[in-house]
Amino acid sequence: MASIVSEQSAAQPRHWRDHKRYAWLLGLIVPTLPFLAFGLVEITGLGIFWLYGPFLVFVIFPLLDLAVGMDATNPPDSVIKWLEQDRYYRWCTYLYIPIQYAGLVLACWLWSSGKLSTLDDIGLAFTMGMVSGIAINTAHELGHKRASSERWLSKVALAQSAYGHFFIEHNRGHHVRVATPDDPASSRLGESFYAFWPRTVSGSLRSAWELEGVRLNRMGKSHWSLGNDILNAWAMTIVLFGALTAIFGVVVLPYLLIQAVLGFSLLEVVNYLEHYGLLRGKREDGRFERTAPEHSWNSNSVASNVLLYHLQRHSDHHANPMRRYQALRHFEEAPQLPTGYAGMIVTAAFPPLWRRVMDHRVLAHYGGDLERVNIQPRARKRVLARYGSLVAASAGDGVAGGGSAGVETAGGGSAEAQR
Amino acid sequence: MSRWHCPGCGYTYDEQAGHPREGFPAGTPWSEVPVEWVCPDCGVCDKLDFELVEAEPLEEG
Repeated sequence: MASIVSEQSAAQPRHWRDHKRYAWLLGLIVPTLPFLAFGLVEITGLGIFWLYGPFLVFVIFPLLDLAVGMDATNPPDSVIKWLEQDRYYRWCTYLYIPIQYAGLVLACWLWSSGKLSTLDDIGLAFTMGMVSGIAINTAHELGHKRASSERWLSKVALAQSAYGHFFIEHNRGHHVRVATPDDPASSRLGESFYAFWPRTVSGSLRSAWELEGVRLNRMGKSHWSLGNDILNAWAMTIVLFGALTAIFGVVVLPYLLIQAVLGFSLLEVVNYLEHYGLLRGKREDGRFERTAPEHSWNSNSVASNVLLYHLQRHSDHHANPMRRYQALRHFEEAPQLPTGYAGMIVTAAFPPLWRRVMDHRVLAHYGGDLERVNIQPRARKRVLARYGSLVAASAGDGVAGGGSAGVETAGGGSAEAQR
Repeated sequence: MSRWHCPGCGYTYDEQAGHPREGFPAGTPWSEVPVEWVCPDCGVCDKLDFELVEAEPLEEG
């Protein structure tokens, strides 16, 4: 078990306090959304509040990110170990799940009660989609851990969005192939979210099935066995939706399906913005270089970071996938998004706006060198026509030169945390 | 029996124990682990990145 040395280094620090410690509890606002929506509708009599979930994610949080601003501070290296083993932080994530399912039962009861208009029912399904989508973020945090209990909770959290294959594909597919053309969940320059969505949804599913097949094949088992983690995760969804339909009637089934699609689409739009245009170089032996901080988009916006358990400190997550959320660090050399994930999700819904905001940032990250960018093959000609001349023109007045200097720092790939 | 560890996250492949969940029964030598196999814990490092750990007496924990 833990040696004396590790016990010492995991001791509580004397002169450091985690100022985000209690803020993590705010993440639990999300699973309480159906209760809040119900309360607001009851108080005001306005059906529009069934849409409280999307309103919070797409309007309130983008504004909060702008109002509250950024926080780039990191915990000192000496407290990381202590911070990671403090079980309080784990409970903040575990608690999401019982509230999530209590809310789903409430929603099913409301859908089956006949008290709501069809429009209100759909509004409530949108709110539930926000809960199930952000539950994938909770599942993501839990699914990266070694403890089988946390991996099991991860699958439970995924049942509502019917995305049980995510924890296979994400850990063993996406993390291995991130920021390469081979990864369905890494978006490419010139690829709109609407082009990315079918590619990532179908590609991730196919990849998860293949990865699980390889593992089962080595064990001498068939795809069609209960040992298949994709099938047993999906079985949870079938049992869940089946039980809710049996209790509340078939009327709830269409809404369960709507909220599931919205939930995993919310995850996929977050996937879209996390690695847009970024590409790992090749090593001499032809393998892609190891994932480094320069291969993910980050944000230090406080509001979205608290909502999403530091998911926006994405570079540290990819460099150290097992690290618990409370200990994730900001890296100076990692590319930064102009605002938090909440605002970027809204931006991604409007492709011309997205290109305007993001494309020049990708180019600056690579010093204008289009050869180093992950470009959508179908858009390659268009991208080269648009940006090739731009890069050539700006090379004269030193803009590209400034960019290359930035790339040298980024290209170092050293994982030094900011002090 | 040798042990190999992932330089990214510290996961250790122990030939003696194998990794049955990954399809490597106890006693599977490192040489039989396919070259495209990646660390089952972090997914950052692949087999070629793994480092040999000197054989150590078993620590009882």
